[in-house]
Amino acid sequence: MNEKAMRSQRKWQTIIWVAIIIVFTYLASDITNFNIIHGIATLPNAITWIFSNLYITPETLERLPKILEKLAETILMSIAATTTATVFSLFLGLMGSKTTGTSSVLGVFARLVASVARNIPVVAWALILLLSFGQNSMTGYLALFVGSLGFLTRAFIETIDEASHSAVEALRATGSTYFQIVFKAVIPQCLPQMISWILFMIETNIRSATLVGILTGTGIGYSFDLYYKTLNYNAVALVTFAIVISVIIIELMSNRIRKVIL
Amino acid sequence: MEATTSFVKRRANGQISIKSGNKVEQVMTGTIVSLSLLTILAFFFFNYAGLELSKAIPETAYNLKVMFLEPALSHFTWSEAIYQVGITLGLAFLATILGAVIAFFLALMAAINLSNPWVSKAVRIIVAFIRAVPTVLWVLIFAIAAGLGSEAAVLGMLFHSIAYLVKAFSEAFEEVDKGILEALTATGANWWHIVTHAVLPSTFTYLLSWTFLRFEINFSVAVAMGAAAGAGGIGFELFMASGFYFDMREVGLITYMILLLAVVLEIMSTQLKKRYFPAKAIR
Repeated sequence: MNEKAMRSQRKWQTIIWVAIIIVFTYLASDITNFNIIHGIATLPNAITWIFSNLYITPETLERLPKILEKLAETILMSIAATTTATVFSLFLGLMGSKTTGTSSVLGVFARLVASVARNIPVVAWALILLLSFGQNSMTGYLALFVGSLGFLTRAFIETIDEASHSAVEALRATGSTYFQIVFKAVIPQCLPQMISWILFMIETNIRSATLVGILTGTGIGYSFDLYYKTLNYNAVALVTFAIVISVIIIELMSNRIRKVIL
Repeated sequence: MEATTSFVKRRANGQISIKSGNKVEQVMTGTIVSLSLLTILAFFFFNYAGLELSKAIPETAYNLKVMFLEPALSHFTWSEAIYQVGITLGLAFLATILGAVIAFFLALMAAINLSNPWVSKAVRIIVAFIRAVPTVLWVLIFAIAAGLGSEAAVLGMLFHSIAYLVKAFSEAFEEVDKGILEALTATGANWWHIVTHAVLPSTFTYLLSWTFLRFEINFSVAVAMGAAAGAGGIGFELFMASGFYFDMREVGLITYMILLLAVVLEIMSTQLKKRYFPAKAIR
C-alpha cells in the first residue's frame, strides 16, 4: 500500500470513529434527557453554590470527633474487607493460575467465582445483604469483601501467571512438592506485586465504602447522608474534607510503600 | 580473600546472611503485620447492632437462591427494563465521552514534555483532589447545586472520569518519542502543530483504549449512582426492587442484566488490553 492510500484510509477511519461517537452521544443524551447546553449553563451556578454553601464553620467543628469516629470505622472496615478477601483470593488465585493450578475444573471454578463477584456491582451486594443483615458494619464489610474477592482473585491470577513460570519449573525439576513450590517460589516472587494490589484495593474500598455506607446506613457514608438530608451543608463540607484528607494520606502512604517494594 | 568479601555479612556459623539490611523485606513484613493488626482491631470496633448471624445467614442464602434461580419481572415490563439499561449506558457514555474530551486538553497541560512545570503541577494537584472525593459525593453535591436530573449525575461522574483519564492520557503523552517533538520544534512548528501532527497520531489508539476502559468502569458507577443518588436507570430500579418492594425475583433479574452487560464490557476491554497494552499492568 502506498503512502497516499494509507493516509486516506487513516483519514476515513478517523471520520468513521468520530461519526459513531457523535451518533452515540446524541442517542445517549436523548435517552437520558441530558441537555449539554443546560448542563454547561448550570455549571457556574453550581460552582457558586458550592463555594457559598460548602464551607466549614466553627460550630460544625464540634461534630468533628463524631465524624472522625465514623471515618475510622469506615477505614477499618475497608482494610478488614481487603485483608480477609486477600486470604481467600490467594487460594483462588493459586487454583486459577495456569502455572500453579492443579486441575482445570478448580481453575474454571476460581475464575467463575471471581468473575461473578467482580461484575455484580458492590451496590447490588450491599442492597441484597442489607435485607437480612440489617443496618450494621457487617453488611458493608461483606459487600466490600465480595467485591474485593473478585478483583483480587483476578489480579493474583494475572500476577502468578506473569511472574513465576521459570522458578516453578526449576523447583519442579528438583522434585519439590506442590506446597514447597508455592511457598518457596510463587509467593516470594509475587509478594511485592500482590501487596501493591492489596494497597490499591484498600484505596478503592475506602471510596466505595462511602457509597455502601449511604445505602446501608453505616460509617462515614451514613454521616454524610444524615447531614445531607437535614440540609446541614457546613457539616457536609466537613465530612467531605475528612474523606478527602484521609484518602490522600492513604494514597501517599501506599505510594511510598510501592516505591520501596516494587 | 578475607578482605575482598568483608562487605558480605555472615552469621556466627559462617553462613552468608541474606536477610540483613534488606529494606524491601522489612517494609513488606511491616505492611503485612500492620494490616493484619488493623483487621483484628476492626472486628472489635465494628458496630454489631441488630445483627443475628444465625438468622441472617440462612435468610441471605434463601434470598440468593430465589434471586439466581427464579428471576422474574413483576413491577415493569421487559421493554421498560431494557429502556432503563439504556439510560444507565447513556449516562456512562456521556460521562465518558465528555470526560475524554476535557481530559485530553487537561492532559496536554499536565504532560511534562508539552507544558511548563508549574501548569503541570497545578493540574496534577487539582486532579488528585478531585479523585479523592468519592463519585457519589460529587453526584449528591451537584444534585443540590445543579438541580436533580441527569445533568447532576453526568457532571458528578464526569469529574472522576476526567481525573482518571488525565492521569492515563498524560502518561501516554509523556511516552511520545522525544526525537519527534524535537524534529518538529526544529522546523518551526508551533505547539498546536506538534499536538495535532505528532502527539495525537502516535497516541490515538491508546487514548481510545483508555477511554473504553473508563467506559467499563463508568457503567458500574452509573448503576451505583442510580441506586445511591437517584440518578435513574437500572440502578434505581434495583434499589426500588430490593428496598421498597422486597421482590427478590426482580432483584435477581436486574442483577443478571447488569452481570451480563458487565461481562460483555469486560471481555471487550480485555481484548483491547491484549492488543494495545501487551506488557503493562492496568489499574
